[in-house]
Amino acid sequence: MIEEKFDAIVVGAGMSGNAAAYTLAKRGLKVLQLERGEYAGSKNVQGAIMYASMLEQIIPDFREDAPLERHIVEQRFWMMDGHSHSGMHYRSDEFNSDNPNRYTIIRAQFDKWFSRKVRDAGVTVLTETTATELVYDTGGKVIGVRTDRRDGEIRADVVVLAEGVNGLLGTRAGLRETPKPETVALAVKEMHFLPEEVIEQRFNLRGAEGCVIEAAGTFTRGMTGLAFIYTNKECVSVGLGCLVSDYSKTMESPYELLEAFKQHPSVRGLLAGSEVKEYAAHLIPEGGYKAIPKLYGDGWVVVGDAAQLNNAIHREGSNLAMTSGRIAADAIFQVKSRRDAMTAENLSLYKKMLDDSFVIKDLKKYKDMPALLHTQSQNFFLTYPELVSKAAQNFLHVDGTPKLEKEKATSAAFIKARSRLGLVSDALKFAFAWR
Amino acid sequence: MTAMPRIETGVRVEDKLFQNRYMVDTGRPHITVKPHDKPSPNLLALTRVCPAKCYEQNERGQVEITADGCMECGTCRVLCEPSGEIEWNYPRGGFGVLFKFG
Repeated sequence: MIEEKFDAIVVGAGMSGNAAAYTLAKRGLKVLQLERGEYAGSKNVQGAIMYASMLEQIIPDFREDAPLERHIVEQRFWMMDGHSHSGMHYRSDEFNSDNPNRYTIIRAQFDKWFSRKVRDAGVTVLTETTATELVYDTGGKVIGVRTDRRDGEIRADVVVLAEGVNGLLGTRAGLRETPKPETVALAVKEMHFLPEEVIEQRFNLRGAEGCVIEAAGTFTRGMTGLAFIYTNKECVSVGLGCLVSDYSKTMESPYELLEAFKQHPSVRGLLAGSEVKEYAAHLIPEGGYKAIPKLYGDGWVVVGDAAQLNNAIHREGSNLAMTSGRIAADAIFQVKSRRDAMTAENLSLYKKMLDDSFVIKDLKKYKDMPALLHTQSQNFFLTYPELVSKAAQNFLHVDGTPKLEKEKATSAAFIKARSRLGLVSDALKFAFAWR
Repeated sequence: MTAMPRIETGVRVEDKLFQNRYMVDTGRPHITVKPHDKPSPNLLALTRVCPAKCYEQNERGQVEITADGCMECGTCRVLCEPSGEIEWNYPRGGFGVLFKFG
């Protein structure tokens, strides 16, 4: 056993773990952080879009040296069938402010930067170390972790489980369940390298401006899923995610789907001539509010993806991770400053603070959305994209057919596919889940 | 789901994985498949769904794993750990996939 005792052990060096470790150390606590990868970020995968406000609350001057790729000035949402896309765009020069709100980032680089900040704040960071088990006292309180290093037992007053969506420690200990196939999506992603000026021309960008595209449609073959195309400085991140439960039913292959998406006529030209330098896969928590496990107990708290804190509708994950890490650290600091023990009762402060934050408020707002989209996936991801494409073609194709007849044909196609009642019920269910 | 012909683009996942960096822990695979006669639907699905194509059926119809190209996503764990068909651990610290970009 390592004799030195810490105020807190943080398991994991992703967004939530780094936010927690940094905040705890800045408040003067003695912190050990464990990371199983060679460096912070070497096991982490994200699209990735990073939201500035949540990082500003942790490191206000992050813009000075954080490795940011592009600030986003244009967002496109695409609904696609086999040969078309229709959609919604928003682009504004006002996004070119001094303090942009959203950036694309490359996680391995960003996490290394964040990890340097964590070390500078005084945290002892132990990489290439896998935490294998929690250590308990006789009363059942968590008092540390065991690792795969020799003499690998380390003690602390509290353990912050920032071990990611697929974390083993907390699930093995029965503190929360292993994610169910219905509550996680499998995402695959490639990094396509292109010269900076080619990216800027193809996406109509100047300097550090960035564009992101998010798409739903028939390319997921009726499964609940989403694809994305994000511009970085010298590469484009292209990926696609679908629910694991849908994958197991359809037995589709994720890399075949990604390949087909890349060959779609609307996408192909954006990536032409690129060099792929990495292929990655990761799970994304999709269960929403109803899948959030117990967040604290005697001697432990759970943060970030491990706690299923991901807003699938707004595609926000890392900011919820950072915020939950920061809030957990603040709660621990408050308990510590009162010289109270890290009991479940005292650590319940973390949940109270998180409930009052946007993290839980947003997830609560969309609590019924996962169930709706997951059970009606065929309608939302197959039928409607095809209908919308047909309607747009019908509207744009000029052939002398009277407009009234064209409109009738479009509404008839919708009614035939979903029935009047089906259309009304889909609209109502969607509206209620959105409320 | 409606039965649709599956997409076959002819892409080889081996070519994709070739771009990645790994530190393989030789002789210590972090995932093992329990001996079985006939794979369950979920275990069989892994031969298609695993994004690194680590799972393959042998000539006797059993599912085997070669975890060298594993990206540690956990899809197989979510599908097959509860039934006990596979045993899933992280690689030892420092081993496994090392994302350059993530």
